[in-house]
Amino acid sequence: MRSPALRIYFPLALYALFLLFPFYWMLITAFKQNQELLNTPDPLLIYHWTFAHIVGLFTGTAYLQWFANTLIVSLGATLLSVAISYLTAYAIIRLRFPGSQMFGTAIFLAYIVPPSILFIPLAEILIRLQWFDKLWALIPIYATFIVPFCTWVLIGFLRSVPRELEEAARVDGASNLLIMFRIIFPIAVPGVITSAIFAFTLSWNEYLYALVYMSSSFNKTVSVGMTSELISGDVFQWGQLMAGALIGIIPALLAYFFLAEYYVAGMSGSLKD
Amino acid sequence: MPAAIVLGGLLAYPLLLGVWLSLTDTVLGTPGRFVGLQNYVQLIGDPTYRGAALFSICYTFFAELGKVTLGLALALLVNQRFFGYRTARAMMLMPYVAPTVLSALAWLWIFDPQFSPVSWVLVRLGLTHQYINFIGSPTHAQIAVIVVNIWRGLPYFAIGYLAGLQSISKDLHEAAAIDGASPWQAFRRITWPLLLPITTILVSFSSIFTLTDFQLIWTITRGGPTDATQVFTTLAYQRAITGGSLGQGAAVAVSPVIFMVIFAWFVVRSVREERTGRA
Repeated sequence: MRSPALRIYFPLALYALFLLFPFYWMLITAFKQNQELLNTPDPLLIYHWTFAHIVGLFTGTAYLQWFANTLIVSLGATLLSVAISYLTAYAIIRLRFPGSQMFGTAIFLAYIVPPSILFIPLAEILIRLQWFDKLWALIPIYATFIVPFCTWVLIGFLRSVPRELEEAARVDGASNLLIMFRIIFPIAVPGVITSAIFAFTLSWNEYLYALVYMSSSFNKTVSVGMTSELISGDVFQWGQLMAGALIGIIPALLAYFFLAEYYVAGMSGSLKD
Repeated sequence: MPAAIVLGGLLAYPLLLGVWLSLTDTVLGTPGRFVGLQNYVQLIGDPTYRGAALFSICYTFFAELGKVTLGLALALLVNQRFFGYRTARAMMLMPYVAPTVLSALAWLWIFDPQFSPVSWVLVRLGLTHQYINFIGSPTHAQIAVIVVNIWRGLPYFAIGYLAGLQSISKDLHEAAAIDGASPWQAFRRITWPLLLPITTILVSFSSIFTLTDFQLIWTITRGGPTDATQVFTTLAYQRAITGGSLGQGAAVAVSPVIFMVIFAWFVVRSVREERTGRA
């Protein structure tokens, strides 16, 4: 048997180099002085630290506005989508109306329709509704791809809730609404949180819809603002761009690590085995 | 049924409207008239479209190939017990979690013709004498976007395969070891066949989204140089939004649906089998 250093840590180091290098490069670029970006004895190190890029980003560009926009849209889309998804998943699993099985498959199919083939007809609809360049319009738009996904996640969770619980409540005279919100909801909370976190990261990642439908700088999201306004012609403000990218990644990472903690602790015994 | 309204109003309707638009000569701002299959006929005769369709397929094929092999290898690696394996499992997901456009910007900077750290290291090591023009030449740019797609999707495959590996009973491998099977034989005869169903799901699912990828290519190359990295979605964007011909753009966007239906069929079938298999 060869040593673990060779068998595990060497390939692992290669993977780490490939998977994490872009983040390292982003990090050091964000804190390097401008002349050092262009002329340095070793580009992989920082000789002179600076916060000028971050300060410039906050004072010289609309970055904070874009960040706030992304946050508002993501939170709004998450709330709206999770609410709709919970009601839908509950209806599919618990009420068993005629055709609920087929409806479940339809939801799944909707989930695998990529948003990038729908942006043209959606643009046409937005023009007709006069929702173009209105920030809040992104909330229902994002719900179109988040709802199918969250519903799918919640169906999985609700399926595992024992039916007896619901029947017992019904025997005690609880109404459908009461069962849905006071009996089943507390049990489904892990599923709701999981789907909410996914919904948040999906909205935070979205690019194409925001790129096409938001035109004024005031309404742009982080990804759109950065690619359309910080890159002007051939002049790339790499320090500012990487600083902006770094800050823009943080909410997605926080959501993910929260999810991982929650997910691993809550439901996945197999990961710990 | 609020979901039925959302789904119908904001998903099924746009899909149908997309198909309808692709049959008209609509230009941004003015209603078009029905022109039948004219847009599609034009596209077939259009070398830019044919190039985009071909590259979309190559992009998907090579990216999936890379994600399956590298993702599976990573899963096998972190499936072992070693110091720091939990950290490794958490860290490996970074590329998948970070917003694509933002990490693609970092790659764009890595691919810089003058200041690329990759070129700097390669020159230092004496492997090359001049800086590489990563996205300036057609072939380089095509390889570059495929590499970035693999980078982004690999963690998804690794985590999928990791779950698959953990569902394989240890008894099988112990029995194989007792029978004197080499690790390679055990992988070939036990692990890989048992991972085939999850491979089908991962590949079909990922293919749907790779075939219609926009963010990554748009950020890094905008479809260039000279349309070398043009794919369905970037071309649709250029025709419909930049160029204003919604009708033709819609036709470009609708055209990959044929492939997606095939992949979707695989996904639905596999997921259903998985479900009934478990129940």
